[in-house]
Amino acid sequence: MLNVVLNIFSVVSIQSYIILSAVLFSIGVLGVLFRRNAIIIFMSVEMMLNAVNLLLVAFSVYHNDANGQVFVFFVMAVAAAEVAVGLAILVTIFRNLHSIDIDELKNLKW
Amino acid sequence: MTVFSRNPVHSILYLVIFFFAITGHYLLLNAQFLAMVNLIVYVGAIMVLFLSTIMLMNLNQETEQHKPALARIGAVIASGLLMLVLVAVFKRADNMPLPPDQSPMLSTVKNLGAVLLDQYLFPFEFSSVLFLSSMIGAVLLSKKEKAAEAR
Repeated sequence: MLNVVLNIFSVVSIQSYIILSAVLFSIGVLGVLFRRNAIIIFMSVEMMLNAVNLLLVAFSVYHNDANGQVFVFFVMAVAAAEVAVGLAILVTIFRNLHSIDIDELKNLKW
Repeated sequence: MTVFSRNPVHSILYLVIFFFAITGHYLLLNAQFLAMVNLIVYVGAIMVLFLSTIMLMNLNQETEQHKPALARIGAVIASGLLMLVLVAVFKRADNMPLPPDQSPMLSTVKNLGAVLLDQYLFPFEFSSVLFLSSMIGAVLLSKKEKAAEAR
């Protein structure tokens, strides 16, 4: 049983990690809404996922609970699978339309 | 820089720097296993996949038109408001007390493996089914339609 706290939270408060994760998430949202290139939208989604991962790990260390880090492990696994399928869809779209501009995918629009 | 760069390859390289920075944060938080997994999975696998896809489709020129100005202003306002709300909600959390019992052995591979394979055994095995389905989907989506061409 340790009486002295040995990790980062004796130097940096948890608030900094919350704000950092919130700012990274907002930058990811900006990237999704701002660009037309489908690959950059994909990368912004990965940025959002990483911001949430960072916050989960920070709270897991804060509460001394290993469940947060296990959840981050699964989130990373799901993100990897999602990137594989998403890029396959992107390649198929590119093969049919010869462009990955998302404003050209408007066949379902009224 | 990832969001605003004109060339997609530059965006990918900035995202690689982003992932290295997040790995550094994990190391600051004493999460050794997750830092290395982050490096290997994200930088080593996902970014390589992005780069190979861009190189395959030859998208490294900056041939993107911009969204209409109204949509871009709306995007900046929406994400700026989101950031404002999130930061304002958590601004008063700066004097939270630290829970007393913290151990540096929390994030070691041994401890995380014990939790992962004990409580989370079923999601762990089921994620293998997830990977199998995503692999089958990716391969199926990439096959050329030989039946349509042979007709």
